Amino acid sequence: MKKKAFTWLVLLMLMAGIVLSGCSSSSSDSASEGKSGDGKIHLKFMHDWPKGSSTAYYNLVEEIIKDYEAKHPNVQIDVEVLNPDQYRDKLKVLAASNELPDVGLTWSNGFAEPYATGGQFAPLNDIIEKEFKDQFVPGTVEAYTFNGKSYALPMEMNITYIFYNKEIFKKYGLQEPKTFEDLKNIGKTLIKHGVIPATVGSKDGWPASMWFMYLADRIGGPTILTDVIQGKVKMSDPAIVKAAKEVQNLVDMGFFVKGNTAFSNDDAKGYFLNEKAAMFLTATWELPNFTTSPDVPQEFKEKVGYFKFPLYEGGKGTDINSYVGGPGLGAFVAENSKHKEQAKDFAAYLVKEWGKRSVEGAGILPAMKVDTEGLDVPQMYLDVLNDINNATNITTWFDTQASPNVSELHHDLMTALFGKQITPEEFAKQHDDALAEEANK
Amino acid sequence: MKNVMSNKTAIILYVLPSLLLVLFLIYIPIALTGYYGLMDWSGVGQMKFIGLENYKKLIHDKLFWESTWHSVLLALFSVLSLIGYLIVSLILASKIKGGNLFRKIYIIPMLMSSVAIAQLWIKIFDPMNGLINSLLSMFGIKETPLWLADPDMALYSVFIPIVWQYAGFYIIIMYAALINVPQELIEAARIDGANAFQIAYKIKVPLISGVLKVLVILAVVGSLKYFDLIYVMTGGGPGHATEVIASYMYKEAFGKFNFGYGSAIGFGLLILSMGATWMIQKMLRVNQE
Repeated sequence: MKKKAFTWLVLLMLMAGIVLSGCSSSSSDSASEGKSGDGKIHLKFMHDWPKGSSTAYYNLVEEIIKDYEAKHPNVQIDVEVLNPDQYRDKLKVLAASNELPDVGLTWSNGFAEPYATGGQFAPLNDIIEKEFKDQFVPGTVEAYTFNGKSYALPMEMNITYIFYNKEIFKKYGLQEPKTFEDLKNIGKTLIKHGVIPATVGSKDGWPASMWFMYLADRIGGPTILTDVIQGKVKMSDPAIVKAAKEVQNLVDMGFFVKGNTAFSNDDAKGYFLNEKAAMFLTATWELPNFTTSPDVPQEFKEKVGYFKFPLYEGGKGTDINSYVGGPGLGAFVAENSKHKEQAKDFAAYLVKEWGKRSVEGAGILPAMKVDTEGLDVPQMYLDVLNDINNATNITTWFDTQASPNVSELHHDLMTALFGKQITPEEFAKQHDDALAEEANK
Repeated sequence: MKNVMSNKTAIILYVLPSLLLVLFLIYIPIALTGYYGLMDWSGVGQMKFIGLENYKKLIHDKLFWESTWHSVLLALFSVLSLIGYLIVSLILASKIKGGNLFRKIYIIPMLMSSVAIAQLWIKIFDPMNGLINSLLSMFGIKETPLWLADPDMALYSVFIPIVWQYAGFYIIIMYAALINVPQELIEAARIDGANAFQIAYKIKVPLISGVLKVLVILAVVGSLKYFDLIYVMTGGGPGHATEVIASYMYKEAFGKFNFGYGSAIGFGLLILSMGATWMIQKMLRVNQE
């Protein structure tokens, strides 16, 4: 009898062991959230700028955190760094179990929406009103605003240009294009001389979409894609179908690097950095690579120039200062953070210091307005900052504005459009079907 | 020993931990997946019960069946490649010179991580600077294929590294089985005048048929749920040319935030895999009789 009791005891202990080990991760989490042994407030902060691949971002964040901890000796920031893709997934998993970090980063619009409306992010209107009045670039806070409440402090702002290799252009006597027709002629000349006119990573979908979005802007006017999201215009609008058709015309003439539907954005970028392709339509997050980054040879950096996406003859978008772009990451505060006020304070400090230091310190364009006077940065930065100040319109990337569902579909369809697997009409129809299905929900 | 085997408590004691682990980590999640398939759920926030809606959608989803077809094709290729591996391991097991070295060469791809293999093959397939196309253009071929970028070719192009990746695994298992074939049988056959081919076909292969059956099932089920190389190399693209069930499931769940539908796809995959396993077992048993 005694023996039996012993066996059961061991059994019970085993089971308890399993159950406890299952919980161990969450129990240690809650310990780090609250005040632990050293009597400090521990704030958990998660970001997706790993030291290896986003060195400048990583260092700047580290610097700001150190300063904050120096100013608030009772607070310790526990940082967790992940790669962007893992970060997205982890955020989702943490949200599902109500364990978001106190402060973290979120993308705007469609990405943030489920978290914001699902009550995971805390509304930050009070801080924005109190500490950031009129300091953000217009249109950035709005990208994180749902039902009148703003859920993140925008940190990044990017617009897109066609970057080009000045030396290649000079070699073949080419000028920066004013119209889309000019751009096509440049393409023809380059093809004739065996140079790849432009590189694009259309496997990822979004880099390809930049070409489409600009053409839609130039042909159908600057608001057309936003109108599609809001249900005022259909994707099958002739102007948008025409834009998709023009994309395929470029593909047909061999404007883009061969095999681009199998290239990621990084693969495609390699062709530009190795001077195999003359042009690269991308966003200003690449500026460090073209100006300050020690990883890129200086002689190449001196060859890089940029121009605004040319106008389309007879199109409704007649303003060259209308850009495709958008806010990138913003800082959120978790709704069920144990130290919400402290977390908000840290988030505000982080974003404010970020706005002050990011251009000079890391070559990143912040979502806060930057005074270019006396700024010690490469000329290209000053030009871009001035462009942003003079921008008449910045259309947020279509895939960012769309829900995750439509966004994913858009990426797939973009790849298919570049791979000539679908016609412009089908391309439009599939978007419309998905948008309609969503509206009915 | 006999005493222990008849003591029920002891049996339970030894079996329970692993049973609980399997239950909690595998079977309960499987049941939950089936349950989530009944929901409209974005992964964050509230779930909404929608009954069999997701499963109905699944049956009529053209993309799902297309991905299933791609997975089935992969399974077919993997099974066909087993024949190649069998020949290789027959040769290796016949104690040729350098057999040891070759065995090691074949096993190396298996030691590499899938992502590294994927990166390696992306570079090999690169249409402009890749190894294959550079070789082709060296031989004067002008219109070099686009490999991963060509919708008609991409699927077969990704199959190559997948098959290559697992070669070592299958060869090593077949090799181990072949080594254990009793030497006396082979010698007896040789005395009776059987040639090498006859020995292989009539003696060695039938003797390791049990192992071969398991390998066929492994190859089929492994292919049906295959994910990693395809996801890294093409992401299911261009278009959906290389979409397989697992990558489609991942896209729906983690890309589009349709966890409900993603779960339904996962459950569909489970049923397909179980069906395939059952069918293969049945087929192979019939062959035997």
